[in-house]
Amino acid sequence: MTATVETAPPAGSRGPVPPAPEGSTTVTVKIRRFNPEVDSEPRWDSFEVPALPTDRVLNLLHYVKWYLDGTLTFRRSCAHGICGSDAMRINGVNRLACKVLVKDLMSGGGKATTITVEPIKGLPVHKDLLVDMEPFFEAFRAVKPYLMTSGNEPTRERIQSQADRARFDDTTKCILCACCTTSCPVYWSEGSYFGPAAIVNAHRFIFDSRDEGAEERLDILNDVDGVWRCRTTFNCTDACPRGIQVTKAIQEVKRALLFRRV
Amino acid sequence: MTATVDSAPELAAPRSPRRRPARRNNVELYAWLFMRLSGLALLVLVLGHLFIMNILDGGVHRINFAFVAGRWSSPFWQFWDLAMLWLAQLHGANGLRTVINDYARKDATRFWLKMLLYTATVLIVALGSFVIFTFSPDVGS
Ligand code: SF4
Ligand code: SF4
Ligand code: FES
Repeated sequence: MTATVETAPPAGSRGPVPPAPEGSTTVTVKIRRFNPEVDSEPRWDSFEVPALPTDRVLNLLHYVKWYLDGTLTFRRSCAHGICGSDAMRINGVNRLACKVLVKDLMSGGGKATTITVEPIKGLPVHKDLLVDMEPFFEAFRAVKPYLMTSGNEPTRERIQSQADRARFDDTTKCILCACCTTSCPVYWSEGSYFGPAAIVNAHRFIFDSRDEGAEERLDILNDVDGVWRCRTTFNCTDACPRGIQVTKAIQEVKRALLFRRV
Repeated sequence: MTATVDSAPELAAPRSPRRRPARRNNVELYAWLFMRLSGLALLVLVLGHLFIMNILDGGVHRINFAFVAGRWSSPFWQFWDLAMLWLAQLHGANGLRTVINDYARKDATRFWLKMLLYTATVLIVALGSFVIFTFSPDVGS
């Protein structure tokens, strides 16, 4: 632990450190931290945290924040993989902290376990693990992720066959966590690239039989910063906590552009 | 699918002043397609070339001025080599353009690297084509 003022209990603490639960092992949680009011450069901070195999990384972060260092800053809301707010780089890969179990990160053979946690890459860091999501949402909004129709509204719902619904089922699952976009090497070096998440959400409407804005969205994604920038490295597919076939969706948009067949 | 009427005005006009509006041009699409097609063509052309030059009939040792002169007297081999030159050069140049676009951080760096690339490409393609078309077997004698 580095130069934070060590008074007990630390600011924002929930009280004294609780006893380590039975069956827990102590793991080192190494967190990349940045406090804009103090630091000029990000730094690493390590904490010893008792962890059960069934704990999630989010539990470890809570332990640090609640009992060791209340200044640790990160986002989380649902803690159940629904809201998409706790995307971070865990042991070098983008994951939701609430979906990664400690037992999957344990080093075998009785060796000490270190879990590294960093903010997702490619977005400006506000503090610790908290990044500015605005560029990400700006790209999302730019593909017009809402139903576009013309003519009179139907009196009842807009009918769609099951097959038509299945066409874009995969991409409806996105929770906008930014795991994919911030795992994309093209996005790291060129922030103007729309990024996989925006393309996934464009795909969701392009292939919706009820929507009429496909041409418009395809034109947007045909741009220099659009789908042609994708290098098919599959980082995004690997990162997606919802199991969306992100690269496949991107390729389908490319194919739609090539053959104008939706 | 011609409708551009936006029936959800309350959601329209995303606050996105930073992103340029989409242009209707297919440059990136054609560049992407060209990479795939030229890659396929080069596979045949280059492997064929390597096979003829290095393996067939004693391979590389029989290549001399007369051999080259003999080959380039046939329009077929002229066309083969010309196609290989153009496709390889443009394929490589577009690949490098992509790399520069992805990795150059500053606009100025990007611009000058691309200028260098384009100049080199034009020079090599022009010089190569010039040699293939104007090659005369008599210069050696
Ligand atoms: S497949 Fe494409 S969008 Fe996904 S990480 Fe790779 S380059 Fe980025
Ligand atoms: S596609 Fe997956 S990784 Fe990307 S934002 Fe949506 S849920 Fe997250
Ligand atoms: S906290 Fe909601 S997805 Fe992890």
